[in-house]
Amino acid sequence: MSTEKKEREPLFSAKNRKLLTNPLGVDNPITVQVLGICSALAVTAKLKPAFVMSVSVIVVTMLANMLISAMRNGIPQRIRIIVQLVVIASLVILVDQVLKAFVFDVSKQLSVFVGLIITNCIIMGRLEAFAMSNKPWPSLLDGLGNGLGYAWVLIAVGFVRELFGSGTLWGYTVIPETFYDFGYKNNGFMILPPMALIIVGIIIWIQRSRNPELVEEN
Amino acid sequence: MQEIFNIFVKSIFVDNMVFAYFLGMCSYLAVSKTVNTSVGLGLAVVFVLGITVPVDYLLNDYILKPGALVWLDAGFADVDLSFLSFILFIAIIASMVQLVEMVVEKFSPALYSSLGIFLPLIAVNCAILGGSLFMQEREYQSLAQATSFGLGSGVGWFLAIVGIAAIREKIRYSNVPAPLRGLGITFIITGLMGIAFMSFLGIKL
Repeated sequence: MSTEKKEREPLFSAKNRKLLTNPLGVDNPITVQVLGICSALAVTAKLKPAFVMSVSVIVVTMLANMLISAMRNGIPQRIRIIVQLVVIASLVILVDQVLKAFVFDVSKQLSVFVGLIITNCIIMGRLEAFAMSNKPWPSLLDGLGNGLGYAWVLIAVGFVRELFGSGTLWGYTVIPETFYDFGYKNNGFMILPPMALIIVGIIIWIQRSRNPELVEEN
Repeated sequence: MQEIFNIFVKSIFVDNMVFAYFLGMCSYLAVSKTVNTSVGLGLAVVFVLGITVPVDYLLNDYILKPGALVWLDAGFADVDLSFLSFILFIAIIASMVQLVEMVVEKFSPALYSSLGIFLPLIAVNCAILGGSLFMQEREYQSLAQATSFGLGSGVGWFLAIVGIAAIREKIRYSNVPAPLRGLGITFIITGLMGIAFMSFLGIKL
C-alpha cells in the first residue's frame, strides 16, 4: 500500500487507527459483518465466561492475523485454507491449555466453545479479507480491532443477562436484598439461550437506528 | 436399540444445535434467504455430520483418549493425546468434506450441482466441529450411538434452517421497522423459535 512512500509510516497513523476503531462501531464483526455469532452467544449467560472468551478470541485473532500475514507470500493459493486452519488450531490449543491451567472452572463452563474458536468465522473471515493482502503490523491491529468489537458485544450481552438473570455481576450479588423484599424477582428467562439472540437483536436495532446507513433492504 | 433412538430424538429436539448451542449460526444466518438453498445446505450438513462424527469417534477411541493406545502396546497405557483433538478433528473434517465432495461429484452429479458452493463451505461450519467436540465431551459408548448423535444433530440443524428460511420468505411481505430489517429481525425470530423449541426441554426418553 505504501510502495512510493519514502518515509516510514508511523505505527499509529490515521489509517492504522481506523483499523482499530472501525470494527468497534460501523464495521462490527457481530452486528454488521455477521461473523462469529456461533460461539458468541452460548457463553454469555454470565459475565465471567463471556470475558474470558473475549480475551481468548482477541489473542487468537491478533496472533493468527499477524502470523498469516507474515507468511502470506509463502502460502500457495490452493491450500491456504488448510494452512490457515492449522495456524488457528495450534493457537487455539495453546489458549485452551493456558485456560485449563489457570482458570479451570471457567474452562469447564466454556466446554467445547474454546475449541470452536477454530471455526469462528471472525478469524477465518479476517484472515481471508485482510491478513492475506496486508503487512503484519496493520493485520495485527485489524485482528485486535475485530477482537475488541467482538468482545464488547459479548460483554454487553453477558452483563445484561447476568444482571437481570441472576442479579449478580462477575459472581457478586449487586442487586440489594431490599429490592427482593419489595417483590423484585430475577428474570430466570434471561439465563436461557433464546434471550441471547433477542438481546443481540436489540443491540442491532439500537445501533442501526442511530446509524441509518447500516439499515438493510428487507 | 432404544438408547440409540433416544440419542437421535434428543439431539434433534432437546439439544438442537442451533437453538440450544448456537452452532453453525454463521451459515444459518447467511444462507437462509430462500427455502431451496437452505434445503441444500441442510442436507449437506446432515450428510457431513453423519460421516465425520463416527470417524472422529473412532479416532478418539483408538488414538486420542487417555490410554487409548493400549491396542498398540501395553506400555502406552498412560499416554494422553487428547490435547491434539482440535487439530486432528479439524483435519479429519476438512479432508472428509473434500472426500465427500469428490464422491458426490462422481456418483451423483445432480446432488452435487444442487449443493454447489455449500459443500466446501461446510468445513468451517461450527456445527460440524461442534458435533465432534460434543461427542468427545459426552463420552458416547459405541459407534452406533455416535452415529445417531451425528445424524440427529444434522437433522436438527436442517429443521432449524429450513424453518427460518420459510419464515424469512414470508416476512418480506410484512412491515418490519427499518433498523430491524434483515439481520436484526432474523435474530429475534431465531430467539422466538428457540423459545418454542424449549418446550421439548425436560422430556425424558
